[in-house]
Amino acid sequence: MSGVEGYMYPNEITLYWSVLIVLYPYITGLVAGAFILASLERVFRVEAVKPTYRLALLTALSFLLVAPLPLVLHLGHPFRSPEMYFTPHDTSAMAMFGYVYMWYLMAVLVFEIWLDYRRDIVLLSQSSKGLLRLIYKVMTLGSSNISERSLVIDEKVGWIVTLIGIPSAFLLHGYVGFIFGSIKANPWWSSPLMPVVFIFSAMVSGIAGVMLLYMALTKLRKQKIDMRCVDTIAMYMFYIFIIDFSLEMLDLIHRIYEADESFRSLNFMAHTKLLFSQIVLQIILGTLVPLILLFLTQVVKLTEVVRKRIYVLSGCLILISVLAMRWNVVIGGQLFSKSFLGYTTYKMALVTREGLLVSIGLTLLPLLFLWALVKLLPPWSEASEHQAVAAD
Amino acid sequence: MNVSRRQMLILLPAAAVAWKSVLAGTPEDSPNYRMSDHWWGMLIDIPKCIGCGNCVRACATENDVPDGHFRTWVERYNVSDEDMTNPHVISPDGGKEGFPGAEEDGEKYFFVPKMCNHCADSPCTQVCPVGATFIAPDGVVLVDQKYCLGCAYCVQACPYGCRYIHPQKEVADKCTLCYHRITKGLTTACCEACPTGARQLVDLKNPNDPIHEFLKTHSVQVLKPQMATGAKAFYNGLDGSVR
Amino acid sequence: MSSFKESRHLYHFAGLFVLAFLVFLVVRHYYVPKSFGEYGHYRGAAMGEIASLPVKFAGHQTCEGCHTDVLDAKSKGKHAHVNCEACHGALANHADDPSIKPVLPDTAVLCARCHTASAAKPKGFPQVVPADHSGGVPCQTCHNPHSPAMDAGGAK
Repeated sequence: MSGVEGYMYPNEITLYWSVLIVLYPYITGLVAGAFILASLERVFRVEAVKPTYRLALLTALSFLLVAPLPLVLHLGHPFRSPEMYFTPHDTSAMAMFGYVYMWYLMAVLVFEIWLDYRRDIVLLSQSSKGLLRLIYKVMTLGSSNISERSLVIDEKVGWIVTLIGIPSAFLLHGYVGFIFGSIKANPWWSSPLMPVVFIFSAMVSGIAGVMLLYMALTKLRKQKIDMRCVDTIAMYMFYIFIIDFSLEMLDLIHRIYEADESFRSLNFMAHTKLLFSQIVLQIILGTLVPLILLFLTQVVKLTEVVRKRIYVLSGCLILISVLAMRWNVVIGGQLFSKSFLGYTTYKMALVTREGLLVSIGLTLLPLLFLWALVKLLPPWSEASEHQAVAAD
Repeated sequence: MNVSRRQMLILLPAAAVAWKSVLAGTPEDSPNYRMSDHWWGMLIDIPKCIGCGNCVRACATENDVPDGHFRTWVERYNVSDEDMTNPHVISPDGGKEGFPGAEEDGEKYFFVPKMCNHCADSPCTQVCPVGATFIAPDGVVLVDQKYCLGCAYCVQACPYGCRYIHPQKEVADKCTLCYHRITKGLTTACCEACPTGARQLVDLKNPNDPIHEFLKTHSVQVLKPQMATGAKAFYNGLDGSVR
Repeated sequence: MSSFKESRHLYHFAGLFVLAFLVFLVVRHYYVPKSFGEYGHYRGAAMGEIASLPVKFAGHQTCEGCHTDVLDAKSKGKHAHVNCEACHGALANHADDPSIKPVLPDTAVLCARCHTASAAKPKGFPQVVPADHSGGVPCQTCHNPHSPAMDAGGAK
């Protein structure tokens, strides 16, 4: 049996949850994280991050639109998906996907974006031509009222939506953690910490993603990056990452200390099959290096140029680290035998429905959506921007 | 075969009638199957298993099990006295063509047939998002292959590794306890094919079932009892090293 | 009602939800199979469908209905509890239509599967090293598979 070391139950040799299932929590994690960044300004009145507010919402929407795709592509019978809406099984964490997704998409994200952009949408529906005019008209939902009073109402309602949106975002991503964490058959997954670790690493990845997008888009628009904004974002990113790291270390230490029947097998797997993805990529390069770099920015006075470089490097490493974490959880959880006597190999395909090319496509697709959304609903109004070229 | 022509004239029609009533679901000894009358399980008697692989082959034939996937399989354990916690286990093609001979080396060897445990508190039915897998009122855990999405959540949730995704049908598949046979008064294909009686179907609701009596008078175990799955595949003579 | 006028757009948005919900209810009514929920959270008709799958092994009671002489011979020997199809393979098609002749199994492979000696087999189980035991002579020369004891004579 190729790729098998030791003994695997015969049906365990093939991995059924592929790289697409690695991507899904990564994408919803970015959604949740981006939303939390937006809520920092809207609910917690961290005014410094306001320049990223609209961008964060649009980023969340771009990724949320792509989120169901890896799931649908993975299913044996994707056209039976409506069954999750019509007969959801109330003991299954996975069954709540349809409703949580629809709730978050429509009642939180789209609603909040609509409320925040409504004035712009109405104005654009009057000033644009052709197909675009029709699109904006539809988006006004038949109301062109942008009086002072209506906008105040929008503001109040939007605040409530964001407030509800925070636990909704936690539910959208946390339930995925629970999908893994509640499987008693799999000791790599089964843990009450799993949903919490998922949520915190999601927040870090989403915040890092929006920060990088903000810096990149601002540079592309030849504007000056608001350092007060970016410094604040990086600070939150750092502290949330410390919490995430602590949680993961707690899980690790707990496993090593209790050393239950699964420990020997899992420990061996982590040091061999997952050596690169977990120890090198996720822990050393992806966690320790960014933590040290960000720590430096918090305690040492560094120039703007150095800080920017650290933020970009840390942000990129964090995005890679969180993807690696999803890989280590999903793929790692299937590489060892539940008999604790053997290991198998994940043979990732290249061009099939669940292969590498599709995965790369699905990761880039949200950026395409974001580009379209930024064009349709510009996050920044040019009049209020400085005209200075962004310093490097 | 020394059956006289006269005997054939009587026997053939009789057999044909009996067979037709089996197919119609009303065999002589269990007419009109009622689900609530039954609670099915299986007894696996380890000291009797000779690792011939008949059960694996019979199941594959009866249920069109695809190559490389197994509704049932047999494992061979090799346990050394020094370390019971580290057995050496093999299952060449699930034990379908039997096993290579083991040399006399003073170590402990035995065979362990494995299958779906038809758990009363099954974790696999708990996690199905749409209700495509379920425990029937007579205790058999089944997959509704017309409703299954093929998400493989149940495959991940089974502690015993007895589920797989059917490569052509792209739905979850596993042992059905030969539901199409036991509802007609037949036994499962694996039990029918086992030459030593190492596998025996048991109806836990039938007080006259001889296996019921066996369960009461012998020490039996289930696999991974700590998982509290309510497994109904009972093992007699199960060694502590079995995973 | 100026506050209604000012928040009318919100009611438009809510209206979308109400509409979507109504469409959902209608579609659901037609989509969900009728037998769903009959016994639990699953399609009740599934059990009947699974129970109607074709049977491939006839079962020894059916074989014994016709082949009473074999039953007699077997009941006296060590293979009394070895069912017919354990050696002869799935024969429901033969029981259905006796003109379909089953293929006799190759004893060299068949008998060896159970009876080749291995340290892994239970100690009390009859097992031999085929080369030493018969030197390549077919098993049925000395052993009648239906009653394998030596004094019962070879297969006919």
